[in-house]
Amino acid sequence: MADQDLKASALEMRGVTKRFPGVLANDHIDLDIRKGEIHALLGENGAGKTTLMNILYGLVTPDAGAILLDGQPVTVKSPADAIRQGISMVHQHFMLVPVLSVAENILLGEEPMANPIFLDRTAAHERIRELGRFFGTEIDPDVRVGSLSVGWQQRVEILKALYRNANILVLDEPTAVLTPPETLEIFDVLRRLTKLGTSIIFISHKLYEVLEIADRITVIRRGKVVGSRMPSETDEDDLAELMVGREVQLSIDRGESHPAGRRLSVENLEVKDDRGHQVVHGVSLEVASGEIFGIAGVAGNGQDELVAAITGLRSVAAGSVHLEGHAITGATPRDLHERAVAFVPADRHRYGLVLAFPLTDNLVLTDYYHAPFARGLVRDDDAIRAHAETSIAEYDIRTPSASVQASSLSGGNQQKVIVAREFRGDISMLILDQPTRGLDVGSIEFIHRQIIAKRNAGTAVLLVSAELDEVLELSDRIGVMYRGRIVAVLDGRSATREEVGLLMATGGRSTDATEATA
Amino acid sequence: MSLRRVVSLITVPALSIVLGLIAAGVIMILSSPLVSSTGSIDVTLPLVAYWDLLQGSLGGFDAITQTIVSATPLILAGLAVGIGFKAGLFNIGAQGQFLVGGVAAAGVGAALAQSSPLLAIPAAVLAAAVAGGIYGWIPGFLKAYTGAHEVVTTIMLNYVAIQLIAYLITGPLRAQGASFARSPDVGAAALPILIGRNGHLGILFAVVAIPIAWWLMYRSTVGFEVRTVGANPDAARYAGMRPRTIIILTMTACGLLAGLAGAGEILGLSGYMPAGYSTNVGFDGITVALLGRAHPVGILLAGLLLGAMRAGSGLMQIDAGIPVQMVDVLQGTILFFLTAELIVRYVFRIRAARAAVSELETVTRSYAGQTTP
Amino acid sequence: MDLVLHLPVIGLLLQFVVYLIGVMITNGALIITLSTPIALGALCGFMNERSGVVNIGIEGMMIAAAFAGSFAAAVAQGGVAPTGGGLFGASLPLLIGLGAALATGVVASLVHAYLSITVRADQIISGTIVNIVALGATAYLSLLVSQRPPQSAGSFSSLTIPTEIVQVPVIGWLATTFLRHGPTTLLMLILVVVLQVMLYRSRWGLRTRAVGEHPRAAETLGIDVIRLRYRNVLLGGLLAGLAGAWFTLDYGNSFQPGMTNGRGFIALAALIFGRWTPVGAFGAALLFGVADALGTAIRQSPPTGDLGGFLAVVPEQVFGALPYIVTIIVLAGVVGRSTPPAADGQPYEREATAR
Repeated sequence: MADQDLKASALEMRGVTKRFPGVLANDHIDLDIRKGEIHALLGENGAGKTTLMNILYGLVTPDAGAILLDGQPVTVKSPADAIRQGISMVHQHFMLVPVLSVAENILLGEEPMANPIFLDRTAAHERIRELGRFFGTEIDPDVRVGSLSVGWQQRVEILKALYRNANILVLDEPTAVLTPPETLEIFDVLRRLTKLGTSIIFISHKLYEVLEIADRITVIRRGKVVGSRMPSETDEDDLAELMVGREVQLSIDRGESHPAGRRLSVENLEVKDDRGHQVVHGVSLEVASGEIFGIAGVAGNGQDELVAAITGLRSVAAGSVHLEGHAITGATPRDLHERAVAFVPADRHRYGLVLAFPLTDNLVLTDYYHAPFARGLVRDDDAIRAHAETSIAEYDIRTPSASVQASSLSGGNQQKVIVAREFRGDISMLILDQPTRGLDVGSIEFIHRQIIAKRNAGTAVLLVSAELDEVLELSDRIGVMYRGRIVAVLDGRSATREEVGLLMATGGRSTDATEATA
Repeated sequence: MSLRRVVSLITVPALSIVLGLIAAGVIMILSSPLVSSTGSIDVTLPLVAYWDLLQGSLGGFDAITQTIVSATPLILAGLAVGIGFKAGLFNIGAQGQFLVGGVAAAGVGAALAQSSPLLAIPAAVLAAAVAGGIYGWIPGFLKAYTGAHEVVTTIMLNYVAIQLIAYLITGPLRAQGASFARSPDVGAAALPILIGRNGHLGILFAVVAIPIAWWLMYRSTVGFEVRTVGANPDAARYAGMRPRTIIILTMTACGLLAGLAGAGEILGLSGYMPAGYSTNVGFDGITVALLGRAHPVGILLAGLLLGAMRAGSGLMQIDAGIPVQMVDVLQGTILFFLTAELIVRYVFRIRAARAAVSELETVTRSYAGQTTP
Repeated sequence: MDLVLHLPVIGLLLQFVVYLIGVMITNGALIITLSTPIALGALCGFMNERSGVVNIGIEGMMIAAAFAGSFAAAVAQGGVAPTGGGLFGASLPLLIGLGAALATGVVASLVHAYLSITVRADQIISGTIVNIVALGATAYLSLLVSQRPPQSAGSFSSLTIPTEIVQVPVIGWLATTFLRHGPTTLLMLILVVVLQVMLYRSRWGLRTRAVGEHPRAAETLGIDVIRLRYRNVLLGGLLAGLAGAWFTLDYGNSFQPGMTNGRGFIALAALIFGRWTPVGAFGAALLFGVADALGTAIRQSPPTGDLGGFLAVVPEQVFGALPYIVTIIVLAGVVGRSTPPAADGQPYEREATAR
């Protein structure tokens, strides 16, 4: 411990403040990163971690505050400045150009030149191969980044930092898209980097990860530093309380499930993606009324296409879908709506909301065409408004009025608008795709309680989430999806993180897909 | 809508008009050596020109009638563009839709020239609406099912329409014995004059179209679907709407409106169609729609404004020697400031609601992109 | 039965294909000439769209440049002693005209760049404004000018190919088809190759592709997205200016309002058809050149036999409309399979969503 305290600061941020319209994103934040340490920045979604790092990286200009590198004040006005100072960042949403090759993505901005106009490809490839060995693997510099798996794309991101000889490496939620085994591999790489003297800032909201990897932890809440901890001196409950500001129940009481009759049954479903490649291979599953069937899996293993096919947003290549015995294969979204199937889509900005419309319209987006909101062609604005007022009250949507645009709401409140709309009335089937992605703990708790309530009222719930913890917490049964197949179905109560994580990463030993039957 | 909101909505367009007039005035001054016989710079030229515009458009009953008559096709074309905007479509084809509407009216009108006006007028008007509608349907269908962007296809169809008219008027529709290539007189299909010298029945097309368009757009479920498709086609599909159908429907309606404008011009003003019929109604419609923020009431006001410019431009040309094409330049400068509202805000130090263009930011998104979901 | 019914049609079609190939060989030079403004316009679009800016104002940029070039050359013709007769018959007035055309293209694209990059307006509306102003202003000014028309400065001449080379069988054909052109066409041919190589091999090309696909990723690596877009849009303006010069200083020697006749828009279709590459766009432009040249060819050397009889019945307006119809068909046929740069048409905002 002692010798670590003696280590010099590699980076200091002092009194950093940034105000966005309506939010104080960073409020006099002080941060001190030592040479060769892994420093975790822990905080909820929206706490201000990413803003702080974007300031460090020159993407956002702070209103006040100073940045010191090796004790010397520096100004970082652009990413170019940051790179010059030895700062690199791996963003939560990868900053990779999919149509460019690995080499092109890495060199971009710092290209080795054969002459003033043309690139020196040979030199570049040599350097990249050399850096690739750091991971203990060969990497083909000519391969298109878009064709790499998410794990490999992340390696390319880290290679970009290595190529630029970063002394300070910021990783924003690097494990969000990884399987547990991939996470361990990345941790190993990070530890090796610190041995070379690199300082690492590791942003996360996952407590157990932070405890495992960090040398020190700084917790941020609502734009302020609320505490600093050494992993040895703290535990998950302590960190959670610091992070949220109140005592948090890390797991909710979901109660017993009482599955009744079979509601949804999917048989040998096959679905193709936009490019015509088959991405769902003969998936079969059943969801009973009054149960939550969770699908776990790393993003990009066919879950999106599976859900899109069931909800009528994508065509079915083969197989069938039945709802209460009626064939609904290839049914349109409108057909399903009429059969009381509710759907919370993964991308709320793309599908779930019309951001430019007021809440009133968004709250009737799927019901606008029938009574009481319309008679024939005529819209009933009074009924629409009254409905909006009730929904806002009932679902605790924080908004100045029902007529503001959906775009002006926070992510949590936007999601509540969708939940209010979709959870309305008697629904037979509820399909949830990433229902709490990017939300704060309060909103997550609220939405989870609503989901449990629907299940207890007899609704069949299909839950897809890349957040393994969410699936483990809510599901009565868990199907693990791997490369377009459901490779195992486990009991929600007995399944462990490790077990599901391994299945997500490898698909399990057995090659034949296990039938998902109740 | 509160008065304050109305004021804040029209602030930027109004100030854009002011700046546009100033900028066009500068162009007039710079080109004044070409206008005057002495070949020197004349700083007073814009004042003369603008006074002529005012006189020619509002100076007296005939001038006002002329303004309304000129505004009629612009309002209809403005709706043909503006309704498209609401659905996320940029209809640059009002020109072609106007032309085919006009030629259909001319053809049917000529065929029924000897019959009763009660038959000839509705038939000719209907023919124009149908022809315009079909001409709007084509790019709508292509957009919905192949992804061909309407901006390019509608422009191409404008050029095709010119050739089509040239063929019809020099060929099957050519009037016997006329000194130049034109269609025969429409006779009984000519629209009756309601007010003044040439205030024809076609004015009512615009008068009726405005409230219908408003009601459909803001009070009906169809309008809600159109606006949803325009704002977010993926969400529209999720919500059970059919974006393809809506796109085709909207483009057809736009074409129909532009076709009606063509009927008004041919049946109400000229009485026949010449082979080289030239019009600027397409770009005028874009200006009207943008200036009117794609809202029917705004389109009415902007249409009247542009109609006034068109009505007064004749006097401007005769009196000040400024060619009528100056009105096109003026439109461009007004649109420039409307779009570059940053400048307007800076010059006048104001805070007001975002102007038209921000509502239309969905137009480019689909450019050259994939097919409609 | 069906087959018999269709035989005459098939026969006619075959004859047409043979005739078309003949037209392409004998009129190769004309086709390349006619495709020049489309190809240059498409290259202008390429510079814009590869860096993420949609430009439908190419038509306006071309017509403005065409007018400015013609006007400046004519004014210069009255002011300086006509020299010249050098390469391409270049005289000082013609070079001044060319300079004016290029400068006008850049100024017009500056308007587009300002509205679409700085103001972040809808790029299609921005381009439309360029078109409205340019079409209106050139019509206005040309009307004023025509009241006292200055003397035309003439136009550039084609590269002279020595007769000895022309007479060599294949090489002669190649030389007359690809080299016997005015300066704008030859520059276009060179630019197509240069830009194609630069796109994939140079630093500029790499950065342009990155900015057009994922501007934020490029910015995180220290690339100034705004500056790169400005530079590319302005360079594109230079190309549109060159296309404008083709109309009044190379292919023709006088200005008429609306003389670009939609070629700036056809250029956009060529760019899409050519999958956003210079060589592809040139190939597509050639297709439109063929459609354009066909009417001329049929008038000059009508085919014989059934086909000649058939084509004689087809109204001339069909050939007039052919390039536009081909554009629509091409666009409808390829769009779904041709992927634009991912950030095409999206204004870039530096600090906006960075939270």
